[in-house]
Amino acid sequence: MANRPSWLMRNHKLFEKNSYILLIGILIVVAIGGIIEIVPLFYLKNTIEKVEGMRPYTPLELAGQNIYVREGCHVCHSQMIRPLRDEVERYGHYSLAAESMYDHPFLWGSKRTGPDLARVGGKYSDDWQKQHLIDPRSLVPESIMPPYAFLDGRSLDLSVIPGQMRTLKVEGVPYTDEMIARAVDDAHAQAGEDYDVEALRRDYNKAAGREGTVNVREFDAVRGEPSEMDALISYLQVLGTMVDFSTYEAEDLSNQR
Amino acid sequence: MTTDTARDERLDGSTAIVGLVMLTVLILGFAGAANAADGQFAAQAWTFVVAAAVGLGGLLFWHEGKTTERRFDPKFYEEGVVKAGVIATMFWGVAGFLVGLIIALQLTWPSLFYFPELGWTNFGRMRPLHTSAVIFAFGGNALIATSFYVVQRTCRTRLAGGMWPWFVFWGYQLFIAVAGTGYLMGITQSKEYAEPEWYADLWLTIVWVAYLGVFMATILRRKEPHIYVANWFYLAFIVTIALLHIVNNLSLPATLTGSKSFAVFSGVQSALIQWWYGHNAVGFFLTAGFLAIVYYFIPKRVERPVWSYRLSIVHFWSLIFIYIWAGPHHLHYTALPQWAQTLGMTFSIMLWMPSWGGMINGMMTLSGAWDKLRTDPVLRMLIVSVAFYGMATFEGPVMSVREVNALSHYTDWGIGHVHSGALGWVGFVTFGAMYCLTQWLWKRPKLYSNALVEWHFWIATLGIVLYICAMWVSGIMEGLMWRAYNEYGFLEYSFIETVSAKHIEYIIRSAGGGLYLLGAVIMVYNLVRTARGDVPVEDRNRITATPDLQPAE
Repeated sequence: MANRPSWLMRNHKLFEKNSYILLIGILIVVAIGGIIEIVPLFYLKNTIEKVEGMRPYTPLELAGQNIYVREGCHVCHSQMIRPLRDEVERYGHYSLAAESMYDHPFLWGSKRTGPDLARVGGKYSDDWQKQHLIDPRSLVPESIMPPYAFLDGRSLDLSVIPGQMRTLKVEGVPYTDEMIARAVDDAHAQAGEDYDVEALRRDYNKAAGREGTVNVREFDAVRGEPSEMDALISYLQVLGTMVDFSTYEAEDLSNQR
Repeated sequence: MTTDTARDERLDGSTAIVGLVMLTVLILGFAGAANAADGQFAAQAWTFVVAAAVGLGGLLFWHEGKTTERRFDPKFYEEGVVKAGVIATMFWGVAGFLVGLIIALQLTWPSLFYFPELGWTNFGRMRPLHTSAVIFAFGGNALIATSFYVVQRTCRTRLAGGMWPWFVFWGYQLFIAVAGTGYLMGITQSKEYAEPEWYADLWLTIVWVAYLGVFMATILRRKEPHIYVANWFYLAFIVTIALLHIVNNLSLPATLTGSKSFAVFSGVQSALIQWWYGHNAVGFFLTAGFLAIVYYFIPKRVERPVWSYRLSIVHFWSLIFIYIWAGPHHLHYTALPQWAQTLGMTFSIMLWMPSWGGMINGMMTLSGAWDKLRTDPVLRMLIVSVAFYGMATFEGPVMSVREVNALSHYTDWGIGHVHSGALGWVGFVTFGAMYCLTQWLWKRPKLYSNALVEWHFWIATLGIVLYICAMWVSGIMEGLMWRAYNEYGFLEYSFIETVSAKHIEYIIRSAGGGLYLLGAVIMVYNLVRTARGDVPVEDRNRITATPDLQPAE
């Protein structure tokens, strides 16, 4: 027994002497866990709750989200409120899966160097947001956030937005052809310029299934062309405000996951 | 045969194909730059153009160059590409540590280290530069260099593929350059450790497939009947990273001439796929790959066989099987369905055992040679790295428990955890391997200065201790402050109070990072003097009867 190689050692030769068998063996072993965990998320119906109010981002909000990603806001701010007492009291209702269903990809974050932003929409005024982005320490002296003064007045490149909406539509975001065709006008309208605001409101309220889901104003308090500041603030002001929680039943069996 | 002395006139096949690949990149780069939808994309396209042009020029120059040696001579090991890898590893290491120190200082003294006019230096753009530089540039180059060295020696054959190993090396540097400059311009997919955009991802896929091809072809040419254990780990690392990279980066570019793309998956599905990727970037890039280094360099340095062959087999298969399940522990209490969270936590706890299997196997390889820990600081670095590996892989399962995670998630505790793994485990095992490789590749009997290795070891160890202790304190403190209630049942602290409370810890963290960087600079100096062949410090005052002898070849 002492000198005879064990069963394991004898049979493991198969892998040690055949590089292709080793390669395929590795691939099979590493594939199992991923398949079992990931695939069901695509067909289990209760993965995403049924809620009312979720709509795609307007062109201006989408441009704002792009800036949020470009500047790496998600590096320090989460958008995922956990169902823990202190978080719900500090930030609001815990986040639902449905609330990020149009985010390609998700922006839940993994670190709170700054506070969670999942429900920051409507919490502060536009003026506060603008001043805080320009110089965070002018409003919060102990803040360690970087300054984003360069966003102020920098004109927004809207030419890329229709193409981006078309791409998102292919990926399942319910943009209509009219929304895409009017994207540039809609962005101007939402930033408070003299464009067809009613068309913007009609389309996005319809997608949301309720009234009053579109903020229309000069977010950066400056007349004229939408700036990057306009876009970013419009995105921040809509965060967490879409779902109609008056119709959401957390205790419903279909929402127990 | 005359081929050994006469110049090789034939066109080398691998060189021709690599040249064609670069020509294609050149043409596509021009097309992209000419039609760019945004300025950033144009800059990235020009980066590809310049790199491909320089590469093509270099290739032609090399091919037409006069040489009496036979190209890619199978009688010799390919050591040039490994030497280049050692240099790249240390270059990117110092660069990545420096960026890390800068962003640590930004969080410590924001008024001093942020510049309102220079938006590209803000934390949000520099942080992915730091993580990518240390993980993919420093760690990745270390893995490519050591794997190319180890697979040749353990298979007793020259690296396969002729020019392809060089394509892998330079192609990987190009990926790093495109990714890094992209972050500073604001190009990012927002997915952690997978920030580069679609064209950089495609380029990395090509480079990685070439890497897998070179590695597999070398194993197929081996003159040993068995594939050595280190190569199992390298192979698992290469093939699994390919799988993770491709699935996690599935995305549609908004236009083929623009930098912006949108991930195919959204919300909860994209979150799980991202952390399936993210955690296994840790598991296969930062663990399996570096365990391969342990399995070659520690036995080699102590001149003892691996402690238990059976343990190698058991822990290899269990490690790669269990690791892949652990991703959902990054998503506890989120909108991810709870069954997935529970599965992730269960496997994360199980992962403790195969992880410690590797630690035990690495450490016990010293059996009968423990005295070398005292005399050989390079070996001590390698062994301490395994100790940090053991510590981080114990802390990880603890943090993956839902109730612990409720406190630790989103806090600096996570930052401390990854740095005990990154600085202690990945950093030290790489330093150990690079000290060995410099000495071996440049054929020096010893390093320029063992005393400087001692300095490096102690300065870096002190830096790590400062770093992780500061982050434990600040992480647990902020976690407790966030959930603290006063006697009236209201939240005790506003968020900003939990930020300002961490200031002292942030100073200590910066000091720790600074010491770690200082250690790496000392190491670079030592390696340069070693490679140049300067007389070792310890031998300088030795009285010799005869003139100094040449090192044995």
